Amino acid sequence: MTAFLSAVRLDIAESTRARWFLLYSLVFGGIVVGLLVFGLTESRVMGFTGLSRLLVTYIQLAMAILPVFILITTVRSVAGDREAGVFEYMLSLPVPLGAWYWGRMLGRFAVVFVPVVLALLGAIAYGAAMGVAVPWWHLVVDVALLLSLTWCFLGIGFLISVLARSSDVAQTAAFIVWLVLICFLDLVLLGVLLRSSLPPDAVLAVALANPLQVFRTASMLLFDPQLVLLGSAAYVILDNFGITGYIVWALVYPAALGTATAGLGFLLFRRGDLP
Amino acid sequence: MIRIENLTKVFKGARVLDALSLEIATGSRVALIGSNGAGKTTLIRCLLGEYAHDGSVLIDDRSPRAQRAEVLKGVGFVPQMPPPLKMPVGELLRFTAQVTGADPKRFEIVAGRLGLTLEPIRNRPFVKLSGGMKQKLLISIALGRDVGLLIMDEPAANLDPPARKALFALLAEMPRTTMLITSHRLDEVAPLVDRVIELDGGRVALDDTVADALDRAAVLACRLAVSRREDAFARAMHEWGFRDADTGLVWEGEVPGPDRLRFLGTLSRYSGLITAVNLEEPRV
Repeated sequence: MTAFLSAVRLDIAESTRARWFLLYSLVFGGIVVGLLVFGLTESRVMGFTGLSRLLVTYIQLAMAILPVFILITTVRSVAGDREAGVFEYMLSLPVPLGAWYWGRMLGRFAVVFVPVVLALLGAIAYGAAMGVAVPWWHLVVDVALLLSLTWCFLGIGFLISVLARSSDVAQTAAFIVWLVLICFLDLVLLGVLLRSSLPPDAVLAVALANPLQVFRTASMLLFDPQLVLLGSAAYVILDNFGITGYIVWALVYPAALGTATAGLGFLLFRRGDLP
Repeated sequence: MIRIENLTKVFKGARVLDALSLEIATGSRVALIGSNGAGKTTLIRCLLGEYAHDGSVLIDDRSPRAQRAEVLKGVGFVPQMPPPLKMPVGELLRFTAQVTGADPKRFEIVAGRLGLTLEPIRNRPFVKLSGGMKQKLLISIALGRDVGLLIMDEPAANLDPPARKALFALLAEMPRTTMLITSHRLDEVAPLVDRVIELDGGRVALDDTVADALDRAAVLACRLAVSRREDAFARAMHEWGFRDADTGLVWEGEVPGPDRLRFLGTLSRYSGLITAVNLEEPRV
């Protein structure tokens, strides 16, 4: 347990010192400030007002930025450390591999998740202080969705870091994974697949397997229960799952995918050459 | 006791270790020598449980791969190339102390003997230290723990003569610790060890004992005379901590016993200049 907590603390300390963390915090802090300045008004845009509008925009921006940020920074630092010889020394110390791997993942999770949620909570607190109604239920679900999405992409990032033997390969692989997932969003390739007469079940399966699509649909579902703003696959999903069922899927599936990919990464890490 | 049987490691079809078998008794001091690519680093990484391999590696009948935390608690390691750790020195010491259960005060004591004061550098990133400081710090961490096996990859490569002298004294104070010291050059490590193993192509090319009657902690008193004053020679003598006893013509100092081959190697560069050398063993 000592080794695990030490690994958690080590990763938190290392990450918060890194330049990427400063940039990352500035990006999410900046988004919130921007949304507060331009968005937290009673103006009605596409049916959303006040904090609901801020939440919708913030969540959509987080979906675009968070995964690629997590993937690139994780694989850069983990694969980069191994390449530079950091693992050779640090893993010559009596740290159980499980404590090292999961400790670093949990530390990284805290570092990635906290700024995103703090920025969001800061905006909500400001809005509440300004007398704007707070959509508490939406806020709780959004934070839970962000948590699940963060864990999912951290797991994928750790798996890529284990598989790739150099930071260049790891970064390229991470970017390609992100690009593929972005391409299979509702409004991009899924629509094309439907038009090119792919069986609807297959399109639905792709939409349900893509954690980005799952996150996007669930986050929009909170504000737009008829999903009028989303594409074709979302309608089918809504018909099959219902709102509650889909929210549960959106919370459980990305977290399970993250755990599975991280677990596979750990098995490979333990069996292979460490440095 | 280290027992290695049929250890084989293959990287992309290249056999870096080829059915290597070795036994190293507890308390032995072994120099592991060989040219680049001979398999020294790979062997060390197998001993540290960092590489998957064929064959078996056992340290005190336990596998460093399967029981890494238990085995590595008793292993100190000093790498040849200090890792580019961005964390501050204080954090590295804290992390190491936490995972090894060591007393951080002992790191400080060892570092002090090597000529490194930790207090002013606690907040400095490890990677920003000079090569010598990094080496001293890593040695302090390895020697500041109760370990049964020390694995050191060219440990004295970046050390100045006083720090080398302190390192030899520290090693001499650990008579029951098994030591595996790697080097490209035998003369660098021969006085520290009682056995030499040379690797070539992943196999043992030579396995011999070293007879050295001199106490490893011994310090030899030395007096030198030269025919004329020479700046390069004076600089070399200052590096060894010698003092000028007669306007650059006579020099006096002390040479650590295990470093005498290196010292004589330095003198050989000025053989045309030297008129007298007196190197005296300590009287018992």
